[in-house]
Amino acid sequence: MSRLATGGLIDRSCPLTFSFDGKLYAGFEGDTLASALVANDVRLVGRSFKYHRPRGILTAGGEEPNALVTLRSGAYAEPNTRATAVSLFDGLEAASQNRWPSLRFDLLAANQLAAPIFVAGFYYKTFMWPAKFWEKLYEPLIRRAAGLGALSMLPDPDHYDREHGFCDLLVIGGGAAGLAAALAAGRAGLRVMLVDEDARLGGRLLAERHQIDGIASALWAEQAAAELAALPNVEVLNRTTLFGIYDGREYCAVERVADHLPQAAAGQPRQRLWKIVARRAILATGAIERPLVFGGNDRPGVMTASAVSTYINRYAALPGRRAIVFAASDSGWATAADLIDAGAQVTIVDPREAAPAADTLRQRGADILMGAVVSDVSGAPVRRVTVRLADGSMRTLPADLVAMAGGWSPAIGLGSNLGAKPVWSEKINAFLLDDAPAGLAPAGAAAGHFALGDALADGAAQAAAAIADLNGKAPAPARYRTSEDRAEATPLWHVPGKRGKAFVDFQNDVTDADIALAAREGFVSIEHLKRYTTLGMATDQGKTSQLNGHALLAAATGKTIAEAGTVLSRPPYQPVAIGVLAGHHRDAHFRPERRTASHGWAAAQGASFVDAGMWKRAQWFARPGERDWLETVNREVRMTRGSVGICDVSTLGKIDILGPDAPTLLDRLYINTFSTLPIGKARYGVMLREDGFVMDDGTTTRFGQDCFFMTTTTANAARVMQHIDYARQVLWPELDVQATSVTEQWATYSVAGPNARKLLQHAFPAIDLSNEALPYMGAAKFAWEGFEARIFRVSFSGELAYEVSAPALLGDRLIRHLFEAGLSFDAVPYGTEALGVMRIEKGHPAGNELNGQTTATDLGMGRMMSAKKDYIGRAMAQRPGLADPARPALVGLKPIDRTLRIRAGAHLLAPGASAVAANDRGFVTSAAWSPTLGHAIAIALLTHGPDRYGERIIVHDPVRGGDVEAEICHPVFVDREGTRVRG
Amino acid sequence: MRLPCPYCGERDAQEFVYRGDAALQRPPADIATNAADMFDYVYLRENPAGPIREHWYHAQGCRNWIVVTRDTSSHAIEGAVLAKAADR
Repeated sequence: MSRLATGGLIDRSCPLTFSFDGKLYAGFEGDTLASALVANDVRLVGRSFKYHRPRGILTAGGEEPNALVTLRSGAYAEPNTRATAVSLFDGLEAASQNRWPSLRFDLLAANQLAAPIFVAGFYYKTFMWPAKFWEKLYEPLIRRAAGLGALSMLPDPDHYDREHGFCDLLVIGGGAAGLAAALAAGRAGLRVMLVDEDARLGGRLLAERHQIDGIASALWAEQAAAELAALPNVEVLNRTTLFGIYDGREYCAVERVADHLPQAAAGQPRQRLWKIVARRAILATGAIERPLVFGGNDRPGVMTASAVSTYINRYAALPGRRAIVFAASDSGWATAADLIDAGAQVTIVDPREAAPAADTLRQRGADILMGAVVSDVSGAPVRRVTVRLADGSMRTLPADLVAMAGGWSPAIGLGSNLGAKPVWSEKINAFLLDDAPAGLAPAGAAAGHFALGDALADGAAQAAAAIADLNGKAPAPARYRTSEDRAEATPLWHVPGKRGKAFVDFQNDVTDADIALAAREGFVSIEHLKRYTTLGMATDQGKTSQLNGHALLAAATGKTIAEAGTVLSRPPYQPVAIGVLAGHHRDAHFRPERRTASHGWAAAQGASFVDAGMWKRAQWFARPGERDWLETVNREVRMTRGSVGICDVSTLGKIDILGPDAPTLLDRLYINTFSTLPIGKARYGVMLREDGFVMDDGTTTRFGQDCFFMTTTTANAARVMQHIDYARQVLWPELDVQATSVTEQWATYSVAGPNARKLLQHAFPAIDLSNEALPYMGAAKFAWEGFEARIFRVSFSGELAYEVSAPALLGDRLIRHLFEAGLSFDAVPYGTEALGVMRIEKGHPAGNELNGQTTATDLGMGRMMSAKKDYIGRAMAQRPGLADPARPALVGLKPIDRTLRIRAGAHLLAPGASAVAANDRGFVTSAAWSPTLGHAIAIALLTHGPDRYGERIIVHDPVRGGDVEAEICHPVFVDREGTRVRG
Repeated sequence: MRLPCPYCGERDAQEFVYRGDAALQRPPADIATNAADMFDYVYLRENPAGPIREHWYHAQGCRNWIVVTRDTSSHAIEGAVLAKAADR
């Protein structure tokens, strides 16, 4: 055990048990998986992506590239989880990845021997020939050998939530600068949201031993957190990672609600997606310590110095007892002090001439080698370290830990999400955000203010700027007294003369040699370098590797780093589970469900429902003993045509159009004229798009001089509403007309069949339903149950038919009332399938024909196009291509052999013509078995179709049923004279 | 992305339906409309890099068509007016 006897922010009264690769270990509440592994002396935690090299824990935060594990098991398994960001819980199960057969003994580590093959861009070079081997052999091989964790392939059993946040100031990151900013804004009364990815606020304050205003920095962070929690205008989201910044000052974050628990409580989501709109935001994401590039720098036991300090100070876990601290920065010397105080033996290797802390640490027993570098490390985990001294001589030292302090890079990735280009700072030797997106200000270490006092002051100052911006004035920023924190660093991008592999990008196994090779081969742009070498890809997106890689490329191409530039960052900043983006919108909840007023009644009648957009519509009502749906549908059609049937047509779009200019607007919307429509009459109308193709059809009824009621198809209801609003608001705002959707206000039932009038007379004895009082296409209002109801004599089935409407609230009562009245007529409920069969028998166009590619003439309604007025689509419908008489137009088809079927989608060929596209004469749009005629029928779009009644044509359907010979006929199969509808 | 609906205030862009260039003028409602003018109106679009005035429909809000001034190269939104009140 490497757990220190005292100290740390762990709860020693709360021991936890967890397993790693099946072996049980102990930890404490407050540990991360990584800190618990360090405390248990587990140093080998994974295998690398390409070479299967043994890897340990590199960092103590979200930037971790190495320590990726699969957390939990079965359907709950989550691959590629960073051990450094997982809060330990009792019973936690974790497994290492990308090793076979075991982590200690990995056969594919032999890949290292073939390392010359796996250089940058190897898959472009090595596996090229023969080309056909790629898919079958090379790719599966590479996929098996290289990679990270594997998915469970089981459905995700967790629940995810979504929340919207609105605030004056969003503070991203709860370290020194973030806390100072949130305190200032919170005290000033701003609505503040503070998001922090850690389980507790404080950031590096929890990992370093500093004093703020005379108290330990970790305690100060705790007090700041308590003050923020007590402010009603401040909302703090712990365990929340802000992963993207979007246009319009929108910020997206994932809150890990239950990831730190063995199992989410009932009803609790695992994670929650936050979409936050913030007037101002402060990017207080801190900085990321850079590794140093020397031979064997990836070996288990080599860590960043800041990680070593974090494990010692925050988790009381000592990562090694004989430590080499390789420090090019002052912060590394603080780590050396932490190690000495924890009882480790320390050698400091610093490439610089001098360091301010040298004397102090020498007195405390550290060996100090100035002007020296670590050249190579051997052993897995680390056993020996080779140091090149200032005089050029080599010295090999025994060690079990190497701490790398390569300097700090501000964590500005989020700030470049919207395209802001980072700029090089000579002062801090790193990239900074110069031109942050509107409303966003970097602060603290993220703005290059690495020393604690500077970070606190900058956080407070940025908050004051935001407060002044929003409120007009701001109180003076708070001042903080801190212990000394030196932050100077001299960059050392690369240790020359090393022997072993020196890694730049640990996650993608990109070495210094790969970058040099890419440069030699001409991949000298930063973006090309990334694609060619994979530097900065995968789950960590190069958080620890980017700058080292870009500095090496700059050196190889003779440019400065400022000239070479850096890459921008896209969301997500950290990996995000797909499930949390979907939230509750999955399976049946993928989208809302719309039910008509009598849905419950229909379900009780045994209806099978079908989706029509979001609507659930009754497709048919099967009765006991019926063998299949076709038998049911045939019965529904026969009973309707034989007596009377009732169909719920409430889903049709309904729009009230009111105002003195309503007739004018309708004349411009429809190809035919509505201004001449008498009050109390309905008329069928066709609308075009402005490009001349049919958009929708339906009936519109005039209930008053300036009062119209339009119906649309179910599918196009929203589009037509939008179209009408465009016409009256944009095209002709001078018209005095209003339009509003009333689709959901009315429940409407079609009552069709020879006994329809008798049924309705029985149901509504007070209404005069005679042909004289309510002729075909007549409409009337009447009172029912104290409400206004409506009756329209319109027919889609070709039968004597009425549509009866009542307020939706009365829909259920209305359908029951109609069927009570229909008892003596054996009234039948029919669904959309019977509706479809009857409309095909009548040759009415529907969705299959209104497919966005047909003209009014194609559908046999060319004569409805008024020549006396302008309307939307008029001019373009006259284009030669749309007016071409050879365009396929609507016809009916009957199979010559009456026992054969015709299927929708089949193409039409002249008899004897070969089945090639050039001979295509049209296609079948809708087909059905007609119980009325006793054989299959279809309607189709056929070139010169209306001139060819009586001719024969081949219905060509090679995929489903072969060829069927058919007779071309008029598209109205039943009652072409229309005597039934007028009966 | 958020849009400043002149009627409802700033709203999530998901509430809106996009249409496009608001500068287009439908040729006058004249039976003898030149087909070429109509063709331009229906099919030809400018695609500027920079500010553009465009039509959006607040379908899940007030159902107003609005004219939004947006910079296509930065996505910055300068403002919005109701289409029926916009200069044409």
